[in-house]
Amino acid sequence: MIYLEQLKKLFSEGKLSRREFMERAAMLGVVMAGSQAFFARQSLAAPSQPKRGGRLRLGLSGGSTTDVLDPAQITDTMMRVMLYGAMGNNLVEIDHKNTAVPELAESWEATPGAKKWIFKLRKGVEFHNGKTMDADDIIYSLNHHRAEGTKSGAKVLVDSIVAIKKDDPHTIIFELESGNADFPYVLSDYHLVVGPEGTDFKDGVFTGAYVVKEFEPGVRGFLTRNPNYFKSDRGWFDEIEVLGISDVNARTNALKTGQIDVMNRCELKTVHLMKRMPGINIMQQNGNKHYTFAMHTDVAPYNNNDVRLALKYGINREQLVKTILRGYGTVGNDHPISMSNPYFAKDLPQRQYDPDKARFHLKKAGLEKQEFSLHVADSAYVGAVDAGVLYKEQAGKAGINIKVVREPNDGYWSNVWLKKPFCAVYWGGRPTADMMFSTAYAKGVPWNDSHWDNQRFNELLVIARAEMDEKKRATMYAEMQQIVRDDGGVIIPMFSADLSAATDKIDHNELGATWELDGCQAPERWWFKG
Amino acid sequence: MDFLKQNSIFALVAQRLSFGLLTLFIISLLIFIGVEALPGDFAEAILGQSATAETVEAFRQELNLDQPPVQRYFSWLGGFVQGDLGTSLANGRPIADLLGWRFKNTIFLASIAALIAVPLAVIMGIAAALYRNTFFDKVLSMTSLSMISFPEFFMAYILIALFSVKLAWFPSIANINEQMSFAAKLNAVVLPALTLTLVVMAHMMRQTRAAIINILSSPFIEMANLKGLNRLRVVVLHAFPNALSPVINVIALNLAYLVVGVVIVEVVFVYPGLGQLLVDSVSKRDIPVVQASGLIFAATYILLNLIADILSIISNPRLRNPR
Repeated sequence: MIYLEQLKKLFSEGKLSRREFMERAAMLGVVMAGSQAFFARQSLAAPSQPKRGGRLRLGLSGGSTTDVLDPAQITDTMMRVMLYGAMGNNLVEIDHKNTAVPELAESWEATPGAKKWIFKLRKGVEFHNGKTMDADDIIYSLNHHRAEGTKSGAKVLVDSIVAIKKDDPHTIIFELESGNADFPYVLSDYHLVVGPEGTDFKDGVFTGAYVVKEFEPGVRGFLTRNPNYFKSDRGWFDEIEVLGISDVNARTNALKTGQIDVMNRCELKTVHLMKRMPGINIMQQNGNKHYTFAMHTDVAPYNNNDVRLALKYGINREQLVKTILRGYGTVGNDHPISMSNPYFAKDLPQRQYDPDKARFHLKKAGLEKQEFSLHVADSAYVGAVDAGVLYKEQAGKAGINIKVVREPNDGYWSNVWLKKPFCAVYWGGRPTADMMFSTAYAKGVPWNDSHWDNQRFNELLVIARAEMDEKKRATMYAEMQQIVRDDGGVIIPMFSADLSAATDKIDHNELGATWELDGCQAPERWWFKG
Repeated sequence: MDFLKQNSIFALVAQRLSFGLLTLFIISLLIFIGVEALPGDFAEAILGQSATAETVEAFRQELNLDQPPVQRYFSWLGGFVQGDLGTSLANGRPIADLLGWRFKNTIFLASIAALIAVPLAVIMGIAAALYRNTFFDKVLSMTSLSMISFPEFFMAYILIALFSVKLAWFPSIANINEQMSFAAKLNAVVLPALTLTLVVMAHMMRQTRAAIINILSSPFIEMANLKGLNRLRVVVLHAFPNALSPVINVIALNLAYLVVGVVIVEVVFVYPGLGQLLVDSVSKRDIPVVQASGLIFAATYILLNLIADILSIISNPRLRNPR
């Protein structure tokens, strides 16, 4: 094992290539169980000194010709990277450790019970048009999502704010419907980018590290460095060029031929080949993104927990991760809290594929002859149809008869999700346990896609939300994960990793995992090596 | 006589144009009905998973999507006949601005591809007819048929792998923009233009070959042969002018394809043309944009076919002087 340590050291110092390292480790007969984690850490072990300059060219999937510069209407990654990552800032930022840190805010404190929050604002922050930011701008920007008739995707999030008051030009007081210890995380949502008072959010004026020069929706965005940016240790590039490239092969080729520096969403089928290419680094982020099968717990037969347990035992998670995600992900334990979340319940036993138990629960429910229609489409998530078919085969071995109904991709979210009693769902995940639970598992919320209502869970949710003692909170969240796992109406077989790739000329610190590309902050956080 | 000849052509053009307008009207109706029939509307498509009843309603009210379809169609039509294409539902930009530069790009790529493909196809077609049933003819046929049988994206990837990744001669993405010089643009569109050339060539080449061979069995060609003219002269000067009519028609169809059928090539090469805009607009149910681009495509077809008909008439004395 000492030799292995030596190898690791040589590799960190760049004296061994990744391949040489693997070969020698293999010769040792070492099974590198944690090798993925080791490399992920290792490639960032000693980031170079950040250096100013250069044009960062990002080729991104997730742009559309229907995009707009209004953060309230961000739907996908291209605009998330431009508005949230490059041009704008929020009151609060999520760092690579998944912690909320001040951005446009300087500090904050909560009154006991976390119902009232006082935010101190950073002074001397300038918008791209020269205006100095104060409390009015923040309030105006947040009301953009709260006002009557808003079209914002963040409306549900800010609904919990009862009142926003300006105390002085650099102090804001929020009053919430009920206590929420995670409130700063809410303000880090990508829709809640701050613009100047009176803006219609169409001119792209924000406070961020880059100023928009050209923007053609879904095609290209060209940004230059904001010379008056308030962070001196961020925004290293001179220029940012964001290109919408929806075809994964086009992105890969463009990166290979040096026409772009960064791409997102590598193709799972070919990423092992890309890893071997010289000059290209693959970045894997194990975030909160998960794929589920949701059942309506108020509709027969899914209102019977034995049916739900039978369906949960009848799915082979490892095989799904291996086949559908090609190994780029982790197995889920039928609750939506990912391993990267500090409240992840480590001690909760992992549910295994167990046809006998599945058969037992199905028999207990007396529904051996039942046919379960599972509604899927690839717009739920890539591979959802395959996942459904695979699940059908696995469940079949336990005597469960699943019928896979293929739905049209168009209108899936309006016509199938929340409407059909058993369907495939994609969740981008939320930065905190509370946000995830409150969005999709609390009683009566619009996106509770399993129509689930568990009294103990709902009680705990409110108590834990306002609890400021970390230890007590952790215990409560662990219990809630167990309740969701054993009683909930959602099968969560897998968490999918984000894969992106960049030239090795780019350097960065440890990656944030809230969104792909370092929490979409690549333009602000990364730099070119000297 | 001259007057009559012109008159008949003018009458034909006028008639065809009015039919064209009628066709465009019907097409606009079909597009509208088609997009309406798709599940979901703009508000739901834009908001996706994060749609709530209130936000969807807010979108619908602002964009008049809550009005009945018939009323929306006629208010669109009313604007359209006055030359107002309307604004995009998605970003409120005037559609003329959205389409203008993209259409220019599409035409640019189509012209480059046509400049390579048409002369090449016609010359090869003539050569194939000249040396028909020889080894040369068979190789030509086989290659061009294989090219057309592969899907476009496959040809595109092969070209990229060869000329961009291996040889590094041309860029793999052709995302041209206004700041680029003409030469830089030309360099960027080489690969997409080549892909399109390979796709459309076979059709034109084989039609040229077939038309000429057809003419070659006519008595007047036999006469020319008997006079002792050499084969090249017979084919190029005697047979080809008489084969022009069908060739022109096929060329027109393929030119239209170069404008309207390039969606896949645009996606593979990230070329900012009309195709990508149309695809995005359909998936987001941005009806005015779909209408406008659909009508541009339809008008292209109608106009090119009209030009083809006129040219065939001019090239054919029998059609030129009907009895």
